[in-house]
Amino acid sequence: MKNEYENIPQELFEFAQLDAELHDKKIETKARGYFEDALIRFKKNKSSVVAAWIILLLVLFAIFSPLFSPYTMKDKDTVYQNFPPFVPSVAAKNTGHLDGAKTLSSQNELMYDKWQAIAAETGMNPVIRVLGTEEVSSIYRGKERITTYYKLEMNSYYAIGIRTQTFSFEEFEEIQQFQNETGIQVIYPWVEPKDIKDISDDPAIWYQVKDNKGTPKKDKNDNWIPAYSSNSEIEGAPYHSQRIEGDPGTWIYSVQKSGSVRCRFNYYNYYIFKNGHEPSYLFGTNNMGQDLFMAIGVGARFSLIFAVLVSAVNLTIGMIYGSIQGYYGGMIDMVMDRIADIVGGIPFIVAVTLFQYHLASKVGPIVTFAFAFFMTGWIGMAALTRKQFYRFKGQEYVLAARTLGASDKRLMFKHIFPNSLGTIITSCALVIPGVISSETTLTYLGIVNLSDLAGTSIGTLMSQGQAVATTAPHAMVFPSIFISLLLISFNLFGNGLRDAFNPSMRGLED
Amino acid sequence: MWKYATQRIIYMLLTLLVITGMCFILIRMLPLQPLPAEDPHAAIVEMQREAAGYNKPYLVQFGIFLKNVFTKFDWGVSDKLYIGRSVGAIFFEKLPATMIVNLYSIIISIPIGIAFGVFAALKKNTWVDHFLSTVTMIAISVPSFVYAFIIQYVFYYKLSILPALMNSGTDYFTWDMFKSMLPAILSLSFGEIAGFTRTTRAELTEVLTSEFMLLARTKGLTRAQATVRHAFKNCMVVVVPSIFGSFIGIMSGSLIIEKIFSVPGVGMLYLNSINAPDYPMFTMLTVFYTTIGLAAGIVVDISYSFIDPRIRVGSKK
Repeated sequence: MKNEYENIPQELFEFAQLDAELHDKKIETKARGYFEDALIRFKKNKSSVVAAWIILLLVLFAIFSPLFSPYTMKDKDTVYQNFPPFVPSVAAKNTGHLDGAKTLSSQNELMYDKWQAIAAETGMNPVIRVLGTEEVSSIYRGKERITTYYKLEMNSYYAIGIRTQTFSFEEFEEIQQFQNETGIQVIYPWVEPKDIKDISDDPAIWYQVKDNKGTPKKDKNDNWIPAYSSNSEIEGAPYHSQRIEGDPGTWIYSVQKSGSVRCRFNYYNYYIFKNGHEPSYLFGTNNMGQDLFMAIGVGARFSLIFAVLVSAVNLTIGMIYGSIQGYYGGMIDMVMDRIADIVGGIPFIVAVTLFQYHLASKVGPIVTFAFAFFMTGWIGMAALTRKQFYRFKGQEYVLAARTLGASDKRLMFKHIFPNSLGTIITSCALVIPGVISSETTLTYLGIVNLSDLAGTSIGTLMSQGQAVATTAPHAMVFPSIFISLLLISFNLFGNGLRDAFNPSMRGLED
Repeated sequence: MWKYATQRIIYMLLTLLVITGMCFILIRMLPLQPLPAEDPHAAIVEMQREAAGYNKPYLVQFGIFLKNVFTKFDWGVSDKLYIGRSVGAIFFEKLPATMIVNLYSIIISIPIGIAFGVFAALKKNTWVDHFLSTVTMIAISVPSFVYAFIIQYVFYYKLSILPALMNSGTDYFTWDMFKSMLPAILSLSFGEIAGFTRTTRAELTEVLTSEFMLLARTKGLTRAQATVRHAFKNCMVVVVPSIFGSFIGIMSGSLIIEKIFSVPGVGMLYLNSINAPDYPMFTMLTVFYTTIGLAAGIVVDISYSFIDPRIRVGSKK
């Protein structure tokens, strides 16, 4: 009897309903898929849409700012460090923006004179405006004396003014060549200390002085009287380039200094000689004299790429781990859960530090850092996937598929897993800001130093900025704005996605 | 319930033991820090190392370590930062600063956070709610060093009403000290307040829409009565455990805030021990941070089952 049912010939089967008429109406409305539905819901959430656009803008910034900036990470200026934002063309319009302005208070008249002298010599006035004056009277040797103190808004770039430095003969010659070609005055006539009451530590003084503090001696018309040296015996190198206005032709432009040339030069113009353009820093400079506009871009590139890679790996590991846990359940689940508990119990910072101690010298800090993330980052994802599996594995369609002989792998990844896709996309959008945040924190604390390979990171820039937070707040403000915007938008975006993929959650959480 | 609690605690202790063992061995595998030759403490450290079995197999070392910790609470001696001094003693010197700063912070945060949360939930879907939710979102997303910078810049540099750094010294309860701690406390509080607001709002909005609230109104309670007696109570089921969690967390402190405001606390000590590096110190603090992390999780879970009669996980009755 049994055998009769084993092989029923095909001919014996017949269609039950072949010519029977079906009375169901064809569905006329277009079917709307899960993702389409989610997209519609997402679009309704205005803040998330805005956040998505902001993320796009920030990513574009990260891609393009290092390309558009005339600087690279290697351009480190030794003088323009922690300098405020300055763009010459905007500064010239005198709108109060991007003019390299820095407020200096308690500047006495001597200092004010010095700034004026720089303006008179170089033609670049470092004083943008006088914000206020204050007269303080004091008793000095029995007489009342009134000292005026100025509060000045200064152009930090012009305020550097004239410096002295020792050049090689070749470079001195090159600068002269540059002067001949462009007409920009870099080298200024030499001033001998003995002509200015033996003041040897202030290259800005080029005028006759009354005392060794540098009080200027002016003529009847209140003009400066130059104190340039014309002692040709001490001249360092022949000078055959343009001379400054009022030069009778005898002033010397350099002095000898043990096989090289020492001269006074205008740093701003020297910068043009070195870099081929005027200093122009949209976001100012950091403590290494790098352009912040470019550095933020470089740091952000690293942060974003790193976060996406780490998240991708973690989500994959978490998904596979969680799937196995959820699908098999029982003993396997319990053992794997214990392992996850132990790994998850290790504080992240401990993991990072231990990895750095052991591996940083072998595989480099970035890979080591990524390992630390891989170690603990997947646990959340695994738990989510496991929960989804527990929810779906007992459902009828899964049992049906199993009855039809689907393999474990097929059941797991073809039938159950797609159900948790929404959750996964959502958590992906929320994992990325988490990784960025941790990475920024750790580089900020200096536990991980990525500067050698990645150039810089937002965290590194911020810790550099924090050190000068009160004197050069711009160095902290710009990275702060960038990272805050990035994290806020990612979180808003992630929450929008979560709501969109989770119709039941709508309106319950922000 | 008790059974569940005991079971969880035993699991936790086992997890802790495994993690400690792993970290301990990984730390001991690192090359030893050279000792400064002229320092008289070097000899003491050398003897201590000998006693801790630095030349024996790692498992034996771990055994000695556990024995010392359990019998004498001896965590070894610092060999770099505070050379020759007991790690445990230094740790307990640093703990109060961290605890006080964090305690102030959560004492400020809890009432404000819950009040905002309740307010937002009651005004659900009005502009007040949207405003509070957005601010909460921003407050949670922005990293704490940005707050620290803003507070330092505004209150110290621009207004100069607060000091930039925390005073050193141990007189924690003077007004001066409190004032110098205030920047750190404020920086910590933003995130805490936002966290409590979010939890409270999410929970309360859910409770307010549930059916028993409708029943409460039907039987004649006013909206205020129903909210206070039924909704608020139910929402606390989630909020109270997170308060417990925060209280455990006060000991761990924040590395960033302590670094910026130079709070002489555990976080700062930890950071210094990582950078030095001072391995015995690092070992102890690793165990400490792991314990805090695990304990906070457990306290939250267990307090759920104590507070909410519906959640009696693992109980046989």
